[in-house]
Amino acid sequence: MWRFALNRLLQAIPVLLIVISATFMLVHSAPGGPFSADKAVPPEVIKALEAQYNLDQPLWKQYISYLGDVVQGDFGPSFKYSGRTVNELIAAGIPATAELALYAMMVALIIGVSAGVAAAMRPNTLQDYVPMSAAMLGICMPSFLLGPLLVLIFGIYLEWLPVSGWGDMPGDKIMPSITLGTGYAAYIARLSRGGMLEVLSQDYIRTARAKGLSEPLIIFKHAMRGGLIPVVAFLGPAFAGLLGGSFVVETIFQIPGLGRFYVQAAFNRDYTMILGMTIFFATLIILFNLLSDMLAIWLDPKLRQQARGNN
Amino acid sequence: MRHSPATTAPNPATHSYLRSNPVKALATLLLLTLLTSCGGGENNVSTGNRSGTLHWGNGTEPQSLDPHIATGVPEHKIIVALMEGLVLKDSKTLEPRPGVASSWDISEDGRVYTFYLRNNARWSNGDPHNAHDYVWSWWRALQPALGNLYAYMYFPIANAKEYYEGDISDFEQVGVKALDDLTLQVTLNNPTPYFLQLLDHYSLYPVHRATIEKFGDADQRGTRWTYEGNIVGNGPFQLSEWKINRRVVVERNPHYWDADSIKLNKIIFYPIENAVTVERMFRAGQLHYSGTVPADKIATYRERNDPALHIAPYLGVYFYRINTRVPQLQDKRVRRALGMTINRDKISQRILKGGQIPAYTITPPGTMGYHPKSDLAFNPEAARQLLADAGYPNGEGFPTTEILYNTSEGHRKIAVAIQQMWKKHLNIDVKLLNQEWKVYLNSVTSLDYEIGRAGWIGDYVDPNNFLDMFLCNGGNNRTGWCNPEYDQLILRSAPEAKTHAERLAIFNRAETMLLEDMPVIPIYIYTSNNLVNSSVKNFNDNILNQPSFKEMYLEADITDAGEKN
Repeated sequence: MWRFALNRLLQAIPVLLIVISATFMLVHSAPGGPFSADKAVPPEVIKALEAQYNLDQPLWKQYISYLGDVVQGDFGPSFKYSGRTVNELIAAGIPATAELALYAMMVALIIGVSAGVAAAMRPNTLQDYVPMSAAMLGICMPSFLLGPLLVLIFGIYLEWLPVSGWGDMPGDKIMPSITLGTGYAAYIARLSRGGMLEVLSQDYIRTARAKGLSEPLIIFKHAMRGGLIPVVAFLGPAFAGLLGGSFVVETIFQIPGLGRFYVQAAFNRDYTMILGMTIFFATLIILFNLLSDMLAIWLDPKLRQQARGNN
Repeated sequence: MRHSPATTAPNPATHSYLRSNPVKALATLLLLTLLTSCGGGENNVSTGNRSGTLHWGNGTEPQSLDPHIATGVPEHKIIVALMEGLVLKDSKTLEPRPGVASSWDISEDGRVYTFYLRNNARWSNGDPHNAHDYVWSWWRALQPALGNLYAYMYFPIANAKEYYEGDISDFEQVGVKALDDLTLQVTLNNPTPYFLQLLDHYSLYPVHRATIEKFGDADQRGTRWTYEGNIVGNGPFQLSEWKINRRVVVERNPHYWDADSIKLNKIIFYPIENAVTVERMFRAGQLHYSGTVPADKIATYRERNDPALHIAPYLGVYFYRINTRVPQLQDKRVRRALGMTINRDKISQRILKGGQIPAYTITPPGTMGYHPKSDLAFNPEAARQLLADAGYPNGEGFPTTEILYNTSEGHRKIAVAIQQMWKKHLNIDVKLLNQEWKVYLNSVTSLDYEIGRAGWIGDYVDPNNFLDMFLCNGGNNRTGWCNPEYDQLILRSAPEAKTHAERLAIFNRAETMLLEDMPVIPIYIYTSNNLVNSSVKNFNDNILNQPSFKEMYLEADITDAGEKN
């Protein structure tokens, strides 16, 4: 298992290098620079600014010095937010984004797993069709629609929950978590239904039934451990996706997270910010994929065997 | 003491429970957090009204609070709370009012200003605030390395431009001197009627030298001097908190010279970019103020006659630039024909719906008493004739021309309307092209466009601020149009005018020239759209859309103690 993890981490180095190089080339070749503005900027000011951020150097030199900084964990100063470093901006955004992702994941798991398991228990009945149709709807419903809809109902008309904010007012975390989690709940429902159906037709479940074990015990103790492996495999990428993809929800609910910085950075041509965020998210995705693979191996004896054989 | 066997013996049941326990415990904890955070609460407006805290929707996260570096509107709003210039503006009439300077003299020839500073002016850390602070601050603002985009605001001052551009290196030659601790003398190149106004622009605000030097060099960008706990200002409020993407909080500055007249205790600026979100927060009583209203919501507020909606003329013009180097647009008759076939009333009433004023001049009418005459009007008949004279009778042979705009639903609607008007009245084909903001800027600056949408918001109330855009080598000209006679009027004649009326007449001549050649087509004059809760008192609309936090106060109406608007 540990050799497997180490192996994967070593593979991550060239992946990250490719991500950095490609992003570096792309941001520098995008038209318009970080300092262009609506009002004409005098050439002497542009020159002074470019010198300050090393943009007057040849591109390869900028690339080398940037790589050097990144290796030391320094993403450089933000071009747009004068005096802030990219590290500082990322650090400021992590708590809200991570918390939001965590709650959304909980929402997704609670709704998704219960719907999926319920559906798998009575396949091709109403108990299957209703949650699965709802899941289909959840997958199709974009957060920019669900969010405002929830706000309209629970925030404006019923006045049960605050319409925006994060940790400023009681209850303001509920609607964003549900908005972000719902799409993922739908995926998880479909995955857990599929996994459970497969497991429920296995011999050991029939054995358990034959032994006269109660249905809940069979489902929760025996079937779920194997049946939810697809869900576990999905968790890693899903969590990375939640962290990186919360831009819309962060905007709707005015949450001080990372997503908004990422999108703004691209619009502003804030080179260091775009690069820093991309590297940060790429690293997260690699790590979470690794974690969820390790978790799946731990859960599934077959995979455990394979991992041992491969290394 | 003997341990009881029950606690020491390994129990298989406990063991298996513990294995699954951490996950369960975490899940339970998270669920509890979510649930306990549930429940109703009083809104910001009602609590704010009681505590004197103004909740202000402020657009975007400020990029900088350094007055010599910042450029945006959200930054402006925060900086005017933290700092103050020699002169303030009346929040209704925008007339100059004493700020740090309690009075001033202007020499006969209008070139020498002597400011008498208050002896009770202090920095927010209690340090005395004097005339030398201005000399140093203005020196700093003119250091090219600082990258001050508003350096041109200093150019009316004698030798400031020469110093900034490196033609002279001795700052002593620049027209600013501290005659003594409380007397500042400023010498200008020419009589500049709008000079007092410039002093209330943040780019001419003084900065606290010791603080800046503590965190870096004077001309160094991006030092930490403007951060929470570091910044020292001279305004009515001082910075108490700056949480990235969350809020900027300012509180009363007890050292402010006029501290007794300040009624607000605290202002919280929220960086809310999304117009829909901010309007929703306003409606839910989480904000006293929003500086943006979604375009499709304006009509709803207007129909309801909602007093929360403030619509006022804004010193800005929406216009189209024409690239005069494009072959079919080189003939001024073609450009005039295009300008004469835009039905501005229709655009204002059917598309914009926010009370925008149709524009027939580039300078908003009424700017410092300037009411330019314009012969531009909606006249399809005459326009067709002009186009025919230019060799395109009934639009025949006119190449397909492209309108470029930066990606935005509002700009698209206007472009579509104009595309149809030109097709209908001139029978010419127009394509639309949208580009993302920075790409669009690149295209316009490098004259890589045919017709491009543009907007200009004035920094100070004077026709000069609009008309000097179109000087031959003006960085904001971007049309390829150049008329030496026009330059002569703006650069030589207007500054030498003996009277205000004469000066305005010169501007009018220049503007007429501009409209005759029509390198730019004015479309409409902006309006400011603000949502203001009824408990905010002394909120005055003005054409710069500049709030005076110094004058504002909160008072809940008895009927709707901070309830929804």
